[in-house]
Amino acid sequence: MSRLLIRHARVVDPSQRLDEGRDILIEDGVIARIAERIDGKGADVLDAAGLVAAPGFIDVHVHLREPGFEYKETVATGSAAAVAGGFTAVCCMANTDPVNDNAAVTEFIRKRAAEAGLAHVYPIGAVSKGLDGEEMAEIGEMVRAGAVAVSDDGRPVKNAQLMRRALEYTRLFDIPVIDHCEDHDLVAKGVMHEGPVSTRLGLRGISAASEDVMVARDLILAELTGGRLHVAHASTLGAISRVRNGKARGIAVTCEVTPHHLALTDQAVADTEYDTNTKMNPPLRADEHVAALFDGVLDGTVDCLATDHAPHHADEKALEFDQAPFGVIGLETALPVTYDLLVRGKKMPLSRFVALWSTNPARIMRLPGGTLKVGSPADVTLFDPEARRIVDPESFRSASRNTPFAGRRLRGWPFMTIVGGKVAFRRERR
Amino acid sequence: MIVKAASHLRGKDLVGIDQLSPEEIQLLLDTAEQMQEIAKRPIKKVPALRGKTVVNLFMEPSTRTRFSFEVAEKRLSADSLNFSSSGTSVEKGETLLDTARNLEAMQPDFIVIRHRYAGAPHQLARALKSSVVNAGDGAHEHPTQALLDALTIRQKRGTLEGQVVAIAGDLAYSRVVRSNVLLLSRMGATVRVAGPPSLVPPGIEKLGCEVHYRLEDAIAGADVVMMLRIQLERQGKMNFPTVREYYDFFGLTPERVKLAKHDALVMHPGPMNRGVEIDSRVADGPQSVILEQVTNGVAVRMAVLYLLAGGHGEPVAD
Repeated sequence: MSRLLIRHARVVDPSQRLDEGRDILIEDGVIARIAERIDGKGADVLDAAGLVAAPGFIDVHVHLREPGFEYKETVATGSAAAVAGGFTAVCCMANTDPVNDNAAVTEFIRKRAAEAGLAHVYPIGAVSKGLDGEEMAEIGEMVRAGAVAVSDDGRPVKNAQLMRRALEYTRLFDIPVIDHCEDHDLVAKGVMHEGPVSTRLGLRGISAASEDVMVARDLILAELTGGRLHVAHASTLGAISRVRNGKARGIAVTCEVTPHHLALTDQAVADTEYDTNTKMNPPLRADEHVAALFDGVLDGTVDCLATDHAPHHADEKALEFDQAPFGVIGLETALPVTYDLLVRGKKMPLSRFVALWSTNPARIMRLPGGTLKVGSPADVTLFDPEARRIVDPESFRSASRNTPFAGRRLRGWPFMTIVGGKVAFRRERR
Repeated sequence: MIVKAASHLRGKDLVGIDQLSPEEIQLLLDTAEQMQEIAKRPIKKVPALRGKTVVNLFMEPSTRTRFSFEVAEKRLSADSLNFSSSGTSVEKGETLLDTARNLEAMQPDFIVIRHRYAGAPHQLARALKSSVVNAGDGAHEHPTQALLDALTIRQKRGTLEGQVVAIAGDLAYSRVVRSNVLLLSRMGATVRVAGPPSLVPPGIEKLGCEVHYRLEDAIAGADVVMMLRIQLERQGKMNFPTVREYYDFFGLTPERVKLAKHDALVMHPGPMNRGVEIDSRVADGPQSVILEQVTNGVAVRMAVLYLLAGGHGEPVAD
């Protein structure tokens, strides 16, 4: 029997309304006991004084790029990045090549994840075959193979009728339809947020309206169908206010916000003089939108945080701003970036912070984690709220380096990530 | 507002007007005036940049600007290399950074770049030791165009300060308007821009201008009327209905010119679409200074290269 005793941690578990100094005993991969003082006889003991122990963090929005784009990331490197960033589970999007629009690809991803043996990897299936937005993919088969949601992420579900049918059909499986909300016609060929900064830089703008229009459509369809809508990477004032109103109306809607949309504004494109690591979709928005995202996170409109971890090779990002692909990585910086912004910056209670990264994502995706209740799988994130480090992309486990946070001094770094009772990541020095 | 010329340029590069102080703009214009004198000599050449290498990297078609830089380089005795391609680095299967590093390996002192995408000169300037001169990047900036326009206005009207300059046309996709608004407002002129509302980008007034939709409102009482090329190749079918209707509302006709001051200057950065944004009677009329703009372009580009090479604004020696 393997036993691991975590001693003197500050245990923060919103699922049990717990925020106290506690010892945690893990036996054979499950949480065996949580108490003020546990006898460590026969167990490996970790002195966790000064550390926060939380139910494992879950990132519901990552791109692991395998199959098809292994030069950007693989399931193995992405899993390594996940546990290094304090995540015990990730949900990976379907825009691989071939697309994850059938059970065979879903199974392949799960097999790769099992081989890597680090984080739990939960595939998200495509809504439409080939992400072409026309024909519904075999959602049921994918769910049977382990898919936890469906999404055409990278693209919106353009056809409103398909979106309607998907919201209806997925009720059979109680899974959410995750939509990347943007109206392609309104986006035109935009590459950054539309506003005074894009005008000054001479870059084509992506209006906030292009996101708002799609969020509004999806809410109307979610209300019509009773299906579960999850709005990916909400980035605008209009998206947040519409989701807030939708919830008040009783619509089954949830939404996520990314760390980079909270931490940066469109001004970053100007300040870095067209650094392509400030190019992502949705784009970094203007101040008033960022303020609305914070409001949404603080008042509970926003259910969870998610990175939209989007690895791209350095050669792709070395292109002109217009030509470089959209997207930044986030798994290995998400925890300190958001801890700094929310807990230190906005005085958010730690239990709320943990809910945003663990309890709520588990609930939205109906995952087994998100709790440290006795008997549940021992997925534990231990982080050091006082640890300070400078973001060094060269130290990343991810195969890619496209972060907008290089060189930032941040506080609140992951120390140890335990997945199923096994130490999947441990920082060398505290 | 009296702007004293700076003694030198602070930056390694000239990527945009946005980086320049009024004092640096003054220095560039003063130096350009000195350069004009060289064109009047029987031997139009000085040794100021002898032994310096300039790469003219034109990744977008251009005749006027490329020739203007070449003439400027030759008059300063620099060695010029011309590289033209309408494709981007990605179409050649090479990243912008690779292109830059390959050029750097030839150890040029200057890279003059014209590129269809905004920000390309900034990306090069970051990666290279050579001085990078922006000869127009996407819809962002065209700093030497704004400098030559300013030189023309200053010489014709004595000063930039207090001048009312109307700029009309395709505001969304024009790099000329951005550089001009930044420069002229910085030097104390009043800038009015006008164009169809569907071609007015959000927040353009923050660059330092008043926004009008009706051309007549922008022109009324102006000292200078500058028309922008309607970039037909960049327009979709949704920004305005037809060229015919555009001319109807935004074409600079002799009647509309009369709304400006009687001696107002008519300018155009070229190439003109005659009968679209400007009537030939105006383009070729007595108030037009369009060809003088071209002449001044050479002097301005000489000044830019000379000052970036470390010149301090002293008279140009023989």
